[in-house]
Amino acid sequence: MIIRFGWGLGASTHLSDQMPWGLWVGFDVVCGVGLAAGGFVVAASVYIFNLEHYRPVLRPAILTAFLGYILVVVGLMFDLGKPWNVWHPIIMWNPHSVMFEVGWCVMLYSTVLALEFSPIIFEKLEFARPQKILHTITIPMVILGVILSTLHQSSLGSLFLIIPEKVYPLWYSSNLPYLFFTSAVAVGPAMVIIESFLSSRAFHREIEIDILSQIAKVTVVALAVYLVLKIEDINTMKLWSVVFNFNFEGIMYWAEIVVGAILPMVLLISPRVRTKPAGLFISALLVVMGFVFNRLNIAITSIERSSGAAYFPAWTEISITLMIVALGFAIFRLAVRYLPIFPKRREEVMKIPAHDVVSFLHIKSFDRVLTKEYSEEF
Amino acid sequence: MSGYGILIDTTLCIGCYACEAADAERWGNPVSDKHILSSVQNTAVQQVGETNVPRMCMHCAEPTCASVCPVGAFEKTKTGAVVYDADKCMGCRYCMQACPFDVPKYQWDSVNPKVTKCDLCHDRIEKGGQPACVEACPANARIFGKVDNLIQEAQKRMYENPGKYYPSIYGVREAGGTSILYLADKAFEKLGLKINLPDRPMPNLTWEILSKIPNYVFWGSTLLSGVWWITNRRKEVQAFELKLKEMESRNNNGHSDKHT
Repeated sequence: MIIRFGWGLGASTHLSDQMPWGLWVGFDVVCGVGLAAGGFVVAASVYIFNLEHYRPVLRPAILTAFLGYILVVVGLMFDLGKPWNVWHPIIMWNPHSVMFEVGWCVMLYSTVLALEFSPIIFEKLEFARPQKILHTITIPMVILGVILSTLHQSSLGSLFLIIPEKVYPLWYSSNLPYLFFTSAVAVGPAMVIIESFLSSRAFHREIEIDILSQIAKVTVVALAVYLVLKIEDINTMKLWSVVFNFNFEGIMYWAEIVVGAILPMVLLISPRVRTKPAGLFISALLVVMGFVFNRLNIAITSIERSSGAAYFPAWTEISITLMIVALGFAIFRLAVRYLPIFPKRREEVMKIPAHDVVSFLHIKSFDRVLTKEYSEEF
Repeated sequence: MSGYGILIDTTLCIGCYACEAADAERWGNPVSDKHILSSVQNTAVQQVGETNVPRMCMHCAEPTCASVCPVGAFEKTKTGAVVYDADKCMGCRYCMQACPFDVPKYQWDSVNPKVTKCDLCHDRIEKGGQPACVEACPANARIFGKVDNLIQEAQKRMYENPGKYYPSIYGVREAGGTSILYLADKAFEKLGLKINLPDRPMPNLTWEILSKIPNYVFWGSTLLSGVWWITNRRKEVQAFELKLKEMESRNNNGHSDKHT
């Protein structure tokens, strides 16, 4: 952090004139916004489509989204060359710019999320009046939130529309905005599943397996649409030979498709996997990994060849990114502990056998720390 | 195209780097021996094979940088120059990512970094002068003028010297046209100039999507409100029916109680 603000981007990153965007844009911003998509997907399901049975996961989803957007802004502060000018789009308009549109949507949507999140705090503080006011404007607010989300989730894809000659053909498509949107819809529920799973382990809470396996179906449908769009792309752009050319890009492309779309889709279609916490968790984790892979591929891998510069993030870039992710986990945990995020459930605790989760050492150990600390308090 | 520009005849460039020196003087940069566009070189003469290729901002008719900049820090002025305002810039570097000619460079080592690129010496043009690099060129490899006149001049040179030039002017169609034009004696891709650019201005690619937004917001919110109305009505009806059933069963129970 000191290097970044004391010596500038050159000293703290491996960015260059050839590769002006790297990990901070690719992960902290583009992935961050996408991973926070659960908020609007669940909010739309509960409020607009009146699917009441999703309500128990509404609050965690809103919390994730709200946190996600805050962290995106934190990430942006590191990445922008002149972060103190970050408010400029408010008064300096350029409606021709996709980035301008994304900026406005993120600002407005963060406000909406803050409003959607605030009842939780008011409930904790037992303020009745603001709760009532917020309750009356819930529906217009949710509709606005969904509109804003569809706009900027897809616009993150539109960012790359203007560089057709730079993006490797596998990733360039006029479908980019639609692809970004559908994959965000797919990854949103996956994040909700992961959080419910982790927090159920950490806080010895019963996991809402029936709701989660329902919500996993949203992911399956979104992934199916995504794959159809991808195939349509390959066909219209006549890319079959490029797809089966296993060079660096080809391998990265297949990794992203298999890990993030085909494999989890097959897994989640099977009811046996979908109704087991571990199966659900692993599939959701695959979706998220594939999503991150995809965004990084588009933001970094696809540009490398035409720019003629190899890019691998510097240790400073990686550590700042990890710090932001850790910050997210920490705040989420605090929020769950002190605020009424998850519904109060029956007393008995459904323990998930540890052997269900094979690897994911980090998450496990992280969990254990949480569990230990938490149980010590009682 | 209205506005001024520069015609660069690569067959005339002798690679003396006088333009680079003039550029360094204008911007207060050190003279560099790298001869490649960078944060200290807004014009550079690259040697590609036997040919010297002076490079600089192309000053597009519809600049991609101006289109993508979220704060409108780039502007195509009446002189034809595309200029950059560092005070507006927030440093997202989308301009660098988006520029079809890879022109904008960045002061990576600064804590208050700017994007750097040629500004066609627009202040000198406004005062009736010429860009510094044109003035400095001893070989007339760069000539300054109205873009329309420059195109005529280029055509004249091709007509008067049959076989000397590659039969095309780079910059007339590329990315919707630019104010900097190139003549060469071999195919442009052999000089490192990009030939895979569409003829239409690049900003159209994103504007096609962005211009749909107002429509989308209107119809999208109408549709969502409609869906909400239907599902909410259904919920109300269900709740009502449930209540009705409850009342009925209670009534029935009441009756049977009395009879027994």
